Amino acid sequence: MDAIKTIDLTKKYKDLTAVDGLNLTVRQGELLSLLGVNGAGKTTTIKMLTGLTRPSSGDAFLNGKSILTDSAAVKAMIAVSPQETAVAPNLTVWENLELMAGVHGSSKDEAKNKVAELSSRFGLGAVASKRAGKLSGGWQRRLSIAMALISDPQILFLDEPTLGLDVLARSDLWDMIRTLKGSMTVILTTHYMEEAEALSDRVAIMKNGRLLLTGTPAQIKRRAGTDKFDEAFVRIVKEAAQ
Amino acid sequence: MRVFAFSKRNDLELLRDPLNLFFGVGFPIVLLLLLTVIQRNIPAALFEIEHLAPGIVVFGLSFMTLFSATLIAKDRGSSFLQRLYTTPLTAGNFILGYLLPILPICIAQSVICFAMAVLLGLHVTIHILTSVLFTLPVALLFVSLGLLCGSIFTDKQVGGICGALLTNLTAWLSGTWFDLGLVGGAFQKIANLLPFVHAVEMERAVLQGDYAGVFPHIWWVIGYAAVVTAIAVFAFLRQMKRQ
Repeated sequence: MDAIKTIDLTKKYKDLTAVDGLNLTVRQGELLSLLGVNGAGKTTTIKMLTGLTRPSSGDAFLNGKSILTDSAAVKAMIAVSPQETAVAPNLTVWENLELMAGVHGSSKDEAKNKVAELSSRFGLGAVASKRAGKLSGGWQRRLSIAMALISDPQILFLDEPTLGLDVLARSDLWDMIRTLKGSMTVILTTHYMEEAEALSDRVAIMKNGRLLLTGTPAQIKRRAGTDKFDEAFVRIVKEAAQ
Repeated sequence: MRVFAFSKRNDLELLRDPLNLFFGVGFPIVLLLLLTVIQRNIPAALFEIEHLAPGIVVFGLSFMTLFSATLIAKDRGSSFLQRLYTTPLTAGNFILGYLLPILPICIAQSVICFAMAVLLGLHVTIHILTSVLFTLPVALLFVSLGLLCGSIFTDKQVGGICGALLTNLTAWLSGTWFDLGLVGGAFQKIANLLPFVHAVEMERAVLQGDYAGVFPHIWWVIGYAAVVTAIAVFAFLRQMKRQ
């Protein structure tokens, strides 16, 4: 079974078509990067897949569950790490993780065990008692991803996970994201081409709400006739304008 | 468990904000002290402690609107609420999670105010306990107003509307600072159409053990609380759908 299958997924806002008949398949355990310039429809696509926005038409199935008719089952299997660091600033790192375990229905003991496991896995132990709002951007982002993982999701959405981070913090997060590959399906949106190339099994490029193409980074470079991924992206997007 | 986890978070966010503690607890106590001192120097029936304490309790509760609305508006303005919208929390969980945790804080605030009033000369009677219980519908009214404002306004707007406008409305139109009958006319009529003066009169009646005097004020308070809660739930669901 495919982890994600969208069928003519469309979102219209009055005169604007943000996503236009998207047909995309993501395999189980795959890390797929969704690329596109601003306004390409990446965020709207993520919003529809995570139940934040209802499609105008079409449907999407996450592990066989429809986002239209089975949103509760979909929400139980997904997790999102939003673009901004979505943490509760006055709660400690530990409490933020406990909160996410709690809202996913974990008992007190389960929550405690999960928090301890994730804290150690993500090296958050040293800052566990610090308030999340006092952490640096890199640590907040690390916590944000850990919060997403506390429910053991089958599908993880990472929206611009390294936006605004310095080189070292970004490299740390890349390592962390690599450890997730294979154990769950990951959908990543990013504006950093080197990030997409380094982390993705496959890449999907969108423009003006439409899917231009999907393929491995190597396939995309071959298709564009260049050995540089960022150049390939620019060529494909510009070609589509003609 | 889900609602409990979310409620606990909201409680911690509120209680760890020093400004909330100052305005929620410190400010009403300062007012009680100040007005009691004034009353001792220039005796005025309105500022006698058994008359003043219920007014200060109701005024103190008006800050809960500000705290609740600020929390919700800030959550809406960040990605935090969006993250939670992708979890199995239901709309009902969100509404209860925002409303319920503030009610015990309201009760605690009322207890502290009455305890201070006792130190300032209020006679200890069972009616103090009943008065605390009767603050519940008043608390629900103010907390629901917070849910409503937090669902409609940004956190900056909330500061002006709930922090300045509502607290002043509560102060001026509740009969705590001056006898509304002295102003009379349209001012008194408007005040009587709003719940604040009724909340204070209800509390004063209960504190005096005059349970017949609770009526009709309690109907005004419960009526407003029910209507505001219903509108707040509608507004919250609407913004949730828009997100």
